[in-house]
Amino acid sequence: MTVTPLGIPRRLLEFTLDGEPVRVPEGSTILDACRAAGKDVPTLCEGDTLTPRNACRVCVVEVEGSRTLVPACSRRAEPGMEVRTSTERARHSRKVVLELLASSVDLSTTPRTAEWIKEYEAEPDRFGPGAARLDEEPRVDNDLYVRDYDKCILCYKCVDACGDQWQNTFAISVAGRGFDARIAVEHDAPLTDSACVYCGNCIEVCPTGALSFKSEFDMRAAGTWDESRQTETTTVCAYCGVGCNLTLHVQDNEIVKVTSPHDNPVTHGNLCIKGRFGFTHVQNRD
Amino acid sequence: MDLRFGDSEPTDEERAAVDALLGPPESSWEGADRSDADLRWARGGRAARDRRDLLLPGLHAVNDRVGWISEGALHYLCRRLTVPPAEAYGVATFYAMFSVRPRPATVLHICTDLACTAAGANQLHTSVEARLGPESGVQVERSPCLGLCERAPAALVIRAGDDPARPGVPPPGECENEARPGPNGGPGAEPPGDGGGTSRSSEAESGGGKGRRGRETPRATAVCAPATPETAIRTATAPESAPAEPPPPTAVPQAGDPTLTLLHRIGAADPTDLDDYRAHGGYTALRRAFALGPAAVIREVTDSGLLGRGGAAFPTGRKWQATAAQPDHPHYLVCNADESEPGTFKDRVLMEGDPFALVEAMTIAAYATGAHKGYLYLRGEYPRALRRMEHAIAQARARGLLGDDILGQGHSFDMEIRRGAGAYICGEETALFNSIEGHRGEPRTKPPFPVEKGLFGKPTVENNVETLVNVLPVLTMGAQAYAAIGTERSTGPKLFCVSGSVARPGLYELPFGATLGELLRLAGVRDNLRAVLLGGAAGGFVRPDELDIPLTFEGTRAAGTTLGSGVVMAFDDTVPLPRLLLRIAEFFRDESCGQCVPCRVGTVRQEEALHRIADRRGADAADDIALLREVGRAMRDASICGLGQTAWNAVESAIDRLGAYE
Repeated sequence: MTVTPLGIPRRLLEFTLDGEPVRVPEGSTILDACRAAGKDVPTLCEGDTLTPRNACRVCVVEVEGSRTLVPACSRRAEPGMEVRTSTERARHSRKVVLELLASSVDLSTTPRTAEWIKEYEAEPDRFGPGAARLDEEPRVDNDLYVRDYDKCILCYKCVDACGDQWQNTFAISVAGRGFDARIAVEHDAPLTDSACVYCGNCIEVCPTGALSFKSEFDMRAAGTWDESRQTETTTVCAYCGVGCNLTLHVQDNEIVKVTSPHDNPVTHGNLCIKGRFGFTHVQNRD
Repeated sequence: MDLRFGDSEPTDEERAAVDALLGPPESSWEGADRSDADLRWARGGRAARDRRDLLLPGLHAVNDRVGWISEGALHYLCRRLTVPPAEAYGVATFYAMFSVRPRPATVLHICTDLACTAAGANQLHTSVEARLGPESGVQVERSPCLGLCERAPAALVIRAGDDPARPGVPPPGECENEARPGPNGGPGAEPPGDGGGTSRSSEAESGGGKGRRGRETPRATAVCAPATPETAIRTATAPESAPAEPPPPTAVPQAGDPTLTLLHRIGAADPTDLDDYRAHGGYTALRRAFALGPAAVIREVTDSGLLGRGGAAFPTGRKWQATAAQPDHPHYLVCNADESEPGTFKDRVLMEGDPFALVEAMTIAAYATGAHKGYLYLRGEYPRALRRMEHAIAQARARGLLGDDILGQGHSFDMEIRRGAGAYICGEETALFNSIEGHRGEPRTKPPFPVEKGLFGKPTVENNVETLVNVLPVLTMGAQAYAAIGTERSTGPKLFCVSGSVARPGLYELPFGATLGELLRLAGVRDNLRAVLLGGAAGGFVRPDELDIPLTFEGTRAAGTTLGSGVVMAFDDTVPLPRLLLRIAEFFRDESCGQCVPCRVGTVRQEEALHRIADRRGADAADDIALLREVGRAMRDASICGLGQTAWNAVESAIDRLGAYE
């Protein structure tokens, strides 16, 4: 049985969302309120298990009295606030942010961006063929996972998951500045020369597919990756007594990826190297 | 924390540089040899982790000594401070003044920003670079504004090496010479070496290998402005014998005018002499502050109507009140002296010409807001201001004007200088906190605001240098008399950094309310004026027919422009406008921290579009101007901090007000 922690009861506060009065528990973000009200505000850098970094700025909304737009993912709702999620101003910024990202980063494996680009009528090609791109090559320096920074939107989620928010390994950081900023280990060395413990918790939170299992990367390269043919089975890791939940992604009777449910009270989506990558013996058929 | 340090070891020199800052390592945890005591308990760890804020000074120590930061040096510093190497690498690569790759010990920064470009900096750079090849032992770099606009074009030489003077103690006889003399003599004394005595000659420079030069030569910095190719090269090859920089009063054309309030000591009092400072009215404001008590000091500052002079014009009294009222302790005081807005040099002149005034003003601010520790975050490109402030702080400390029980009033306050390392973004208040704390200088999300959670997560009051210095006349004159200066909503005197196409560039003090025309006439504006840039790269251009704009916060706002930090840069018709706009765009692209998408990619797209239309006009440029407007609007609306929000201002104003591409 899964015990769902109820937490301390929280007072409700009331504010106006797109002209409608809404009530949310104290401490909720504007994004929480939007989701509760069934509004689809796009997000990229927001992660359900991480403190918002509000780096991508695709979730911006208009708040009465604020000079600039406000990131819905991190701004807490306040009583009496007047929030509008779909004004021309907010939609314009979302559109430009999508254009800026799509014109510089490979978003082909980022869920929903194609849909949003259509919805906001973004035209990433308008910056011309000379528009600077990240131009990074995939880094395949170990057998477990691949870092394809051409797909990186610099959302900081992997850094936070590796650092003080979950893993406490601090193997990666943002290095450089501005458009040249990249996620890197010290001296931009291969992962094998870093503090990485291969827990794969960075892959779990990566919103773009820049970090992926080597198995997924190879199958995508071979053109055999097909999520519609995959099943997901949640089970309990057998390696130790902690009882982490694993979700095995299986295609053609082969485990191709392992994740963990983000709402699992044991893991919150995190695993160790054994749970994450130690699955090959399961499919040893000799 | 899974700390993992690679196999690379620091050189003896790198180890010595770090140990000079942090003291010798106490346990094997910190990199010392393992002793019997280490087998019983481990020292370091948590205690060392609390010293994360020494990461930036540590990187400076290595860079000052060796000229670049090697893997071994970074790892040793990380071990000493219990910082993960990946994070330290992220910090080291954030700052323009550091290099994680080998480079020559001497770096010549040639300012190619607005005022210097207008004064021919690009030709200077090309010609210097052609003559200082790789074999010269000098690395030539294009630099953003060095804050020497009144003497454009400017160049700054930084040569790594042993520091002959201990940090915090300027060499005796320090006055106007900018090179740090050797331990036993003034400028020109032979630096300590291996007996060869050739260390400062150019042949030694050319014979030296990469990154090893620091061993033989003392560390030196020298400013060369206005620079010619010849003087720049001479200064770069022998910074310790470079001619003295002109004294600070030369940057103040009004020096000696008895009506000056903020600048009256510059040129009158010796900036290195505390007694002279007191003879010229120093420390009367602090005595009055002690007589009034903290609450009344805040009331005076509030009643004076003093608004922040760093660019945002926030009421200083309100900020102090909000910090003083916070129940959480300790409170911190931070002085933002990371003046990097292109065209701004007021804080430099104040710190070089009247350093004790800042020490006194910070003491007052700390007393009022209940802070016992202050940080002066000083721009890394200001060697003379650094020495002057170090000297002033040491003097004040020696005389009991800093420390416990100041003036026998029982108030304790001390301050520390933290050097920036070449990042415009660190002038943003929360980025500055991150920088001091030893993290990447990226702005934080607000709220929470600094008055609630600032430096080290504690209530912090952060003020600009000029703002703080204004507190002295507020207290000596009284709030009413101070508020009578200027206009109703912009009170007091204001400093203006006038540069570009004027006969007498420099720092001017005028009461708020003077018009742009009056200021420019005072500075000797020339006839062929094409445009005036107000507020720096984040400000806006105005036309020569708009010189009746009153120089107040409300007056410039009403005219659709900004006063910003007080930059007034005049351009004549000899400088092509598109070229200036391109330089502004390059500046923002280089200085964006990269945290948020609108600024990180938007500044790149802005620069690309301005490149495309550099030679186009009218309909040929219309598409790209429309694109610029759309990107600019999103940057202004959706960026995290003021950098991205203002990165399009100057370009927009040039298009709209000056008709730049018509």
